[in-house]
Amino acid sequence: MKTQTAPGPTGTASADLKIVPRRHLGRWIGAAAVVLLLVWLAVSFSRAKIHWPTVQEYLTVPVLIQGIGVALLLTAVAMAIGLVLGVVTAVMRLSKNPVVSGVAWLYIWVFRGTPVYLQLLMWFNLALIFPVIGIPGLYSGRMIDILTPFVAASIGLGLNQGAYTSEVVRGGILSVDEGQTEAAQAVGMTRLQAMRRIVLPQAMRVIIPPVGNEVIGMLKTTSLASAIGVSEILSEAQHIYYVNNRIMELLIVCAVWYLGAVSILSIGQFYLERHFAKGSSSRQLPMTPMQRLTSIFGTKRKA
Amino acid sequence: MTTNVLVRAENVHKSFGLNEVLKGINLEVNSGEVVCLLGASGSGKSTFLRCINHLETLSNGRIWVGDKVVGYRQDGNRLFELSDKEAARQRRSIGMVFQRFNLFPHMTVLENIIEGPVLVNKVKPTEAKRHASELLARVGLEGREQSYPRQLSGGQQQRVAIARALAMKPELILFDEPTSALDPELVGEVLDVMKDLAKSGLTMIVVTHEIGFAKEVADRVAFMHGGEIVELGPPLEVLGNPQHERTKAFLSRVF
Ligand SMILES: Nc1ncnc2c1ncn2[C@@H]1O[C@H](COP(=O)(O)OP(=O)(O)O)[C@@H](O)[C@H]1O
Ligand SMILES: [Mg+2]
Repeated sequence: MKTQTAPGPTGTASADLKIVPRRHLGRWIGAAAVVLLLVWLAVSFSRAKIHWPTVQEYLTVPVLIQGIGVALLLTAVAMAIGLVLGVVTAVMRLSKNPVVSGVAWLYIWVFRGTPVYLQLLMWFNLALIFPVIGIPGLYSGRMIDILTPFVAASIGLGLNQGAYTSEVVRGGILSVDEGQTEAAQAVGMTRLQAMRRIVLPQAMRVIIPPVGNEVIGMLKTTSLASAIGVSEILSEAQHIYYVNNRIMELLIVCAVWYLGAVSILSIGQFYLERHFAKGSSSRQLPMTPMQRLTSIFGTKRKA
Repeated sequence: MTTNVLVRAENVHKSFGLNEVLKGINLEVNSGEVVCLLGASGSGKSTFLRCINHLETLSNGRIWVGDKVVGYRQDGNRLFELSDKEAARQRRSIGMVFQRFNLFPHMTVLENIIEGPVLVNKVKPTEAKRHASELLARVGLEGREQSYPRQLSGGQQQRVAIARALAMKPELILFDEPTSALDPELVGEVLDVMKDLAKSGLTMIVVTHEIGFAKEVADRVAFMHGGEIVELGPPLEVLGNPQHERTKAFLSRVF
């Protein structure tokens, strides 16, 4: 019987070949740099005589918890307004009716073109232009009673957000193949039905990551609302440190709360993205933490 | 003998800007007839099909489907342009199958098929699902209700697309090169389904490059060139003994 030579230039049997893993030098250098930076920061913070018990104490103070609650509520309301307006104006901008698309264009032009801080101040002072509002014969009220700081901030942040979201949604809609609308129309759907049932659900995959970004941005932008008297967390913290002078401690407390809130929002975004990835190849579906755990243990068991 | 004309195109013109793509098309298709449209790429076949279900608006001329003018509501001797809603209503009785399937990727096979009937025709979901399963069996895909389009081969996707069109119980189905995007070994399964539909008496207008299919299934074949129908007749005449030099040239290239 003839022995067959193994393939390969040297003819070594494959059992004798040893694999040397790549060394990832960059990762090690990077990790070392990060550790050094953290050590330096820790040293600086400890030298600055931050009174950590104060931080701990103020972490659970009711006004601050209420403050982050207000920030979250304002985020939710403003984003809801922004999303609805964004979707409506994005669809309007793609309309064949020049009046409809023109109105949407004008809205985006105005609300993207002026600082959100300015817009907040204008909403808050709207009573200077419209002292009373109402539906003639049915209802009327004084503007300053209706437009409380929270309402003014919700409308101001929401309308500003809508102008940005509109462009994100429009991009999402344009990313969906024209053939989808045609196929929907071919089964008798109107353009609006096709948009709602076929195009928008697919556009969501493109829309959610940037909108998630904007939700997080919004949470932080709510701190501007303190300028018109909304008692959100940062303004409450300032009220406290004006009195007790524990400036850095209170700012750290705020940072902790913001980070916590952002983390929760990111988790929400993760599951939302998974939901709208329906029908795409499973390769693109990120694993849930549970699936990740089971997959790790699964491979361990196999090994 | 009375023949029942379902589709009548009269002097159909269509321009995109200065580019005149359809230059006066006349065609009558009888109820239950299968007409294949042949012609080189760019000769206006897709545009003509799209005009029939009002995905494009005519520049000139008229198309009737049944007793209705496509894209208009007739009142005495006046034609009123249809609103989007009315146009959608008119399209319900006309199915369309696209070259690139255009299934809804975020919906399962079942959802793809029942979407139109449930949303547009207000059929009860249970009834729509039952009908969908029947249609899936008819196109040879029983049991694939819960698959997503991405999990299916091209041929399977196109058969789902045919089932989706059938679910609306159309009186006419338009096929725009239904097998052109398929791997050669998958063409047969789609053509088989279409042959079956033709036998069942459905009225079909089929844009295709499958000469064999046209020969076997079509009642008449129309050959398009430069936005006109230059030859029209039974398949054996047009394909076996073409008169127009363009038809001859095209057929010699295809075979
Ligand atoms: N939406 C459109 N806008 C401009 N030109 C178009 C459009 N659709 C088709 N055309 C032009 O019309 C001609 C015929 O196209 P088409 O009907 O798709 O031909 P076929 O289906 O026979 O290949 C082509 O020259 C094409 O460029
Ligand atoms: Mg074509």
